[in-house]
Order: sequence, then C-alpha cells, then structure tokens
Amino acid sequence: MAKYLLLKHYRGAPAAENDVPMDRWTPEEVAAHIQFMQDFASRLEESGEFVDAQALAPEGTWVRFDGEGRPPVTDGPFAETKDLIAGWMAIDVDSRERALELAAELSSAPGAGGRPIHEWLELRPFLSEPPTVTE
Amino acid sequence: MDEGLVRSLTPSVIGALVRRGADFAAAEDATQEALVEALRRWPSDPPRDPTAWLVTVAWRKFLDATRAQTSRRERELRVEREPAAPVGSAHDDTLTLYFLCTHPSLTSASAVALTLRAVAGLSTRQIAEAYLVPEATMAQRISRAKRTVAGVRLDEPGDVGTVLRVLYLVFNEGFSGDVDLAAEAIRLTRQLAALVDHEEVLGLLALMLLHHARREARRTADGAVVPLAEQDRTRWDTAAIAEGVALLQSALARDRLGEYQAQAAIAALHADARTTAETDWVQIVEWYDELVSLTPNPVARLNRAVAVGEADGARAGLAALDELDPGLPRYAAVAAHLHERDGDLVTAAALYAEAARAATSAAERDHLVLQAARLNQRAAASPAP
Repeated sequence: MAKYLLLKHYRGAPAAENDVPMDRWTPEEVAAHIQFMQDFASRLEESGEFVDAQALAPEGTWVRFDGEGRPPVTDGPFAETKDLIAGWMAIDVDSRERALELAAELSSAPGAGGRPIHEWLELRPFLSEPPTVTE
Repeated sequence: MDEGLVRSLTPSVIGALVRRGADFAAAEDATQEALVEALRRWPSDPPRDPTAWLVTVAWRKFLDATRAQTSRRERELRVEREPAAPVGSAHDDTLTLYFLCTHPSLTSASAVALTLRAVAGLSTRQIAEAYLVPEATMAQRISRAKRTVAGVRLDEPGDVGTVLRVLYLVFNEGFSGDVDLAAEAIRLTRQLAALVDHEEVLGLLALMLLHHARREARRTADGAVVPLAEQDRTRWDTAAIAEGVALLQSALARDRLGEYQAQAAIAALHADARTTAETDWVQIVEWYDELVSLTPNPVARLNRAVAVGEADGARAGLAALDELDPGLPRYAAVAAHLHERDGDLVTAAALYAEAARAATSAAERDHLVLQAARLNQRAAASPAP
C-alpha cells in the first residue's frame, strides 16, 4: 500500500475546463456537487482506501521566526498571485495507477450545467517508512 | 447495563479516593481503571452497591499503582497507615470536581478534556474521537491538565460561572464521535443543577434543552444546514421544550438575570412559534437588548440586528448592523440575509459569496454558497430594475 495526497487548489492550478465560480451555478448543481464529494469519500471509506480529508479557508499568512524573545514576523494576507490550496484528501492505495484513477474520478465532480469540472488536482506521494527487509 | 449511570458515579468515586489521601491525578487514573473493569464485569455480575464497588476497586488499583512506584516509599507508608474513611458526601465531592476540572488556571481545551474524563467519566479514546485528535494527544492534554491543577486545594470554593462556560463549550463546540457531547453536556449541567442552587445553572440547562430540542430539524440527513425559518417544526422535541421553558421560568422568577437566562428566553420564544411569521420578534429584540447589556459578545449584537430586521423591517435591521464592526465573524452572512429581505438580490448574492469565503465550517460554507447560487439564479431570471 502507498499513501498519496490529492491536493485541490483555489488558485495556482491550470484552469479547469468547466471553470465557473460556484455561486454562478444553479442551487441544484451546487447540491449535486456537494453530494458527489460526500459519496466519493464514503466509497473510499468502504473500500478501505480513505485516510483523511480536510478543507482549508481561503486565507492565510506567511510567518517566520525573528529571533529569540521577538514576536513572529508575519506577512499577509496572501497576494492574489500566490498558489492557494483549498483542501486535501489522503488515500492509501495499492498502486500509483489506482491513485491516478481516483484523482481523475474526483476531478469528474459535476459543476456548472451538471457537466464535469475537469479540475486539475495535484497528486503527491507520501515519503514512507524504510522497508524492514532491505536485501 | 446503563453506561451513563456507571459514568455518573465517576466524580464521587474520585472524591472518595481523594478524601482517603490519594492525590487527584492518581485518584482519577485509578477510577478510570475501575470504570473499565465495571463495564466488563457488571453485565454478568452486577454489584448491590455500585458506588461502594467502584470505590473499593479504585482504591485497590490506587494502592497497586502506589506500591509499584517503589521510589515513592514515603507516600506508600502514609497510605498504608491511612484508615479507610467511610464513603462521605458524594454531593460535595462531585461539586468539588466540577470546580477543579474547570479551574481558571486551565486553558479552555484542557478544562473541557479534564471535565469529560473526571466528571463525565469518558475514556481518553472517546474524548479524542469526539474532538478529532489522536488519542496520544488527548492523553497528554489530560495529564498536563492534571498537573496544572495538582496544587489546587480541593476545599476552595469555586466560581459557578467558569463551570458554566466549560459546559457551554462542551455543548456548543462538540464534534461527533460515538459519544453525543451535547447530550453529555446536558447530563453534566443537570447534575450540577442538583448540586448548586444558582439561577444561571438553570438558565444554561434551559438553553441547552431548548436548542437540543431542535437538533433533528437543524440538519438534513446529509448533514446540510437547515436555517431556523425553514426547519420542520413538527420535528422539534416538545418534551425538551416544555422542560426548558419550565426551568427558565423558575430561573427568571428569582429576578437575577444572567446571559444564559436571556439566551434561553430568546430560544423559548422561537420554540413557542409555529412559524417564523408567528414569532414574537418584538419581544425577542427586547431580550437581545438585555443580552447585549449583560455580555460584550459581538455575536449577540449581530443576532440582534437580524431580530430587528424581522421586528421592524429589513432597513431597520441594516441600520442596526451599520453600528457594528464589519470585521465580525458572520457579519457578511447577516448583511446578506437583511439585503435579501430588503429585495436587493444582487447585493445579497455577492455578500453570501463573501460570507462563504469567510465560513469556518464546511457545512456553513456549503449553505452560504447555495444561498448565493439561489439568489444569482433569481436575479438573472428577473430583469434589473
């Protein structure tokens, strides 16, 4: 088994094919999208491949250490050009092919007009523990 | 076997051990172990006196643990000499634990965790699941909390207000796990009401019951938010509402108003109405005025603007909103609602979309995006004025 992270972006990913802001969809299309996302996560739980899913707020701050006894330095809110992650889903699957297949399925979530969004998702393998048997 | 009943004995067992000379942290650990054993053994072999059984087993666990720590020879000798005190006033022990677990030296998160373990008798695993953190993290939080209150004298009188704040947090911010934290908060508040005579304890219990009564109607089967105006009121729990109203009346009769009583009064007025239109919004605004004078909580002011919008029209609501800081959480959502009531669909849709971006939960975000989508659709269908 190998773990992968599926990253969804607010900004920074190549434009989706069906790229319409969600508040411009019909209420039925919004509801269908939400239902699709819930069903997708449930199916992964049932197949034993689900690890975690979280959504992130669309705001954030850069922060760094500024020396002992000094308050942290912050820079924010993020500039409009910054790559912005919307959320993630972590999966534990048999193969890279399976990970690609699931990412594509997630990208097929319905959007405006009830058609798939074809959203670009970022697929990242986790670094794992070294194997017990090495030779 | 009623697990809730077993757990409700937790604080008096811890208290009994503390009075026999155990320190709080060790007494709490020993009681947890005794609870686990009780849940395992009682179904086939129920004790005649559950409290006495738990105290005996917990005390034995405590002695075993103490003996195991040979480096603590001094304490062991003291413990061995200690005559076993009779099980004393469980009433006082339980109340003492409420004050200890919600001690002001603890952070909110620690106070919540410690209360759920030592007063509610939940296991670390159950608490961890309820708050969606790893069990090891919750175990650390609880043991740090126990160290923080280690030096607190158990006979110091506590502040009921701090206890109520923690119970309200458990009720209000509990996530779902296999434990129903809202029901647990109600149980703990009900138990507290039996221990102390305080109008705000009754007020908080009434508030919790009145909100809990609407729970079934507040979410769809898929977990989507259903606003008050659209809830199926036949699904409200009338027994819980009746109990909440009766508790509130007995609290208000004492003529010492507090923020929980004022909030419960507002909840009672909502519970009393068959529809949003039948709601006594004028009286609700009056209660919000009382609430705003009792607490600096800005959420009360935002909600007051909504009530003013219902009582005196959307323009009046927007005027009330104008006096508040636009940076407040949920400000955009309230402004969107009032603009929609005022018929300005385009502004309302833009504000709902803005509110969705500022939402702090996925369910709330989804709900707000849906409102924006609904209004954009309506605005597109009707020609611009």
